[in-house]
Amino acid sequence: MQAFTKKDILDMTSLSVEEMSLILDTAERMKEISERPVKKVPTLRGKTVILFFYEPSTRTRTSFDIAAKRLSADSISLSGSTSSMVKGETLLDTARNLEAMKPDIIVLRHSSSGAPYILAKSLKASIVNAGDGMHAHPSQSLLDMLTVREHRGKLKGLRISIIGDITHSRVARSNCVGFSKMGAHVTVCAPPTLIPKGMASSYGVHVTHQMKEAVADADVIMMLRIQKERQSGFFFPSEREYSRLYGLNREMMAYAKSDVLIMHPGPINRGLEISPEVADGPHSIILDQVTSGIAVRMAILYLVTGGA
Amino acid sequence: MQILIKGARVIDPGKMDALMDIRVDNGVIADIQPPGVILPLDSAVIVYDAAGCIATPGLIDMHVHFREPGQEYKETIATGCSAAAAGGFAAVCTMPNTCPVNDNAQVTRFILSRAAEACGVRVYPVGAVSKSLEGKSLSEFAELKAAGAIAVTDDGMPVRSSLMMRRAMEYATGIGLLIISHCEDLELASGGCMNEGETATRLGLSGIPNIAETLMVLRDIALSELTGARLHIAHVSTFESVRAIREAKRNGIPVTAETAPHYFTLTEEAVGAYNTHAKMNPPLRTQKDVNAVCEGLADGTIDVIATDHAPHSPVEKAVEFDHAANGVIGLETSLALGLRLVASGVLSMTGLVEKMSSNPARILGLTSTLSVGVPADITVFSPERAWTVDARQFRSMSRNTPFDDWVLKGKAMLTMVGGKVVFDEMT
Ligand SMILES: [Zn+2]
Ligand SMILES: [Zn+2]
Repeated sequence: MQAFTKKDILDMTSLSVEEMSLILDTAERMKEISERPVKKVPTLRGKTVILFFYEPSTRTRTSFDIAAKRLSADSISLSGSTSSMVKGETLLDTARNLEAMKPDIIVLRHSSSGAPYILAKSLKASIVNAGDGMHAHPSQSLLDMLTVREHRGKLKGLRISIIGDITHSRVARSNCVGFSKMGAHVTVCAPPTLIPKGMASSYGVHVTHQMKEAVADADVIMMLRIQKERQSGFFFPSEREYSRLYGLNREMMAYAKSDVLIMHPGPINRGLEISPEVADGPHSIILDQVTSGIAVRMAILYLVTGGA
Repeated sequence: MQILIKGARVIDPGKMDALMDIRVDNGVIADIQPPGVILPLDSAVIVYDAAGCIATPGLIDMHVHFREPGQEYKETIATGCSAAAAGGFAAVCTMPNTCPVNDNAQVTRFILSRAAEACGVRVYPVGAVSKSLEGKSLSEFAELKAAGAIAVTDDGMPVRSSLMMRRAMEYATGIGLLIISHCEDLELASGGCMNEGETATRLGLSGIPNIAETLMVLRDIALSELTGARLHIAHVSTFESVRAIREAKRNGIPVTAETAPHYFTLTEEAVGAYNTHAKMNPPLRTQKDVNAVCEGLADGTIDVIATDHAPHSPVEKAVEFDHAANGVIGLETSLALGLRLVASGVLSMTGLVEKMSSNPARILGLTSTLSVGVPADITVFSPERAWTVDARQFRSMSRNTPFDDWVLKGKAMLTMVGGKVVFDEMT
């Protein structure tokens, strides 16, 4: 097996196609562990994983936590409120304190784009980015790729449409980079207010504001959560109008391919960006994403510690 | 005490550009003659051999932030003056966003008293337009002026209310006080932390569009036209602002403008992987904007190069990019970066001296000349000397420069204020 030499997993841009493939292949093998009656292997026994969540996220933290435990690592959760971040200590101060506890891996979720870079630059522990601001969410992107690959047997040549709040989405950014690198064609779709300037040129993706265009021809439709707070920033007039233009419902599904896959990184706003019958319908692979998440995170934890 | 500066190319824009010896006596320029005419007869004469150097009227930086009173861990008036002297500056204008704010005579007088204890660089305090920079009521312009304030600005906190800006301008005309405007529409800037565009989109950072600056430039130009008030626009960074100022000047509106070295040297790409030393307000823009700023300097649309020297400690800078404070220091790199414009043909050497001395002096009502009888504010620099920027060696207390490790050409060798040597790298 090839060696994985990266100390950290910070974003999709810094991963090569070979490294992404290795993570996905490893994750596929990890899946089997979760099917066993005793869902535990001793691979990371004696390793310490700190789950440092400066921004709350039950889903991602739980997923990393289960991944660490299935590999027999000791995992400790620290949240923004239980750590000293609130008392005016800088991120770097806090990180150095964590380092003194000799963790092997720090999984960081942070509301500021680029925060994992600060840790990666100054700490010996492996840093795994579990989502930073609007920048990157590599483990989500890798689990999305794994899920699609399982259903389609490949990524190359597929058409992926990401629909929703692109501006504020680290999932969209990481998937634009990841899927494109693997040879898929990515389209992003949103009202012009929710597509950041220079999106097409900086990510090499197709941009459309017409939902029908994004839905037709797509092999995979990935819906993003729309945050109601965006209304106050004048990004769209009302949930009602947003849902009418960019919600994925039965009527809109009529324009989709018959074997289209529907994804959503969760949590879902049922009835807003996706209607319940589509979210729970035959095309939906939303729950597969959750299962893949644990496998991908097991692979990540395993590989950044040297695959030992 | 007499001082003789020998053999420099003396550039006094519009008056002189020749190899000359300058004799300084009792704080004033006593004589300027072709080389060899003035003889150092007296043993009490200090002689500087300035062959290969350029001597100009003392450089003036009309936009600096010294953090005293209030944040002396970033910079004091003494360390700021020392950094200015090392950068070749004989005079600086200090912005009022100290703590407390320089919105009254007491703070102005405090700054001047601290400056009097510093190395000798002239400090011209700029007062606040509004009390506490809150944009609610005007500060007492006349009292500020009487205490020594040279202009007023709400730098850092733009004047939001168009009505208040109108009244401030109208009122200022009655007193003869210059208004300096930090042009930024805070709503359009909408909490952004770098230039809006490809780099911000790639890094997942919220962007500040050019229009956040330019819209306010347009408003203030319109208010200047309405009121007849003299308006100086601080730190111009966008293509569209340069165009708007050019048009305003063509129409005879009394507007002047400055830009900072980072805006003609760097683009948004300097942010790299979240480098907080490339975070300032307005933000670094694109190559198109850099080119426009250079054109504006070349054709006279932009009158002044000022640093917006903004010291911060690692507490404010070694943090998440969106949490990091805005601003970079500039006093000790400004001249060398300005000389790059001469090397690339944007400015003549005389043009650079105008941007860094004559023009700020004209805008502020100060003197900038090397004629017999005037106080000897003189900067001598070597245009050729190459050096590597090492922020740890700066005289400024802070290290937040995007130019660390750059190899630059051109360095101040001697800075003199009123005949007093405040920086000397010649002996
Ligand atoms: Zn400013
Ligand atoms: Zn400023």
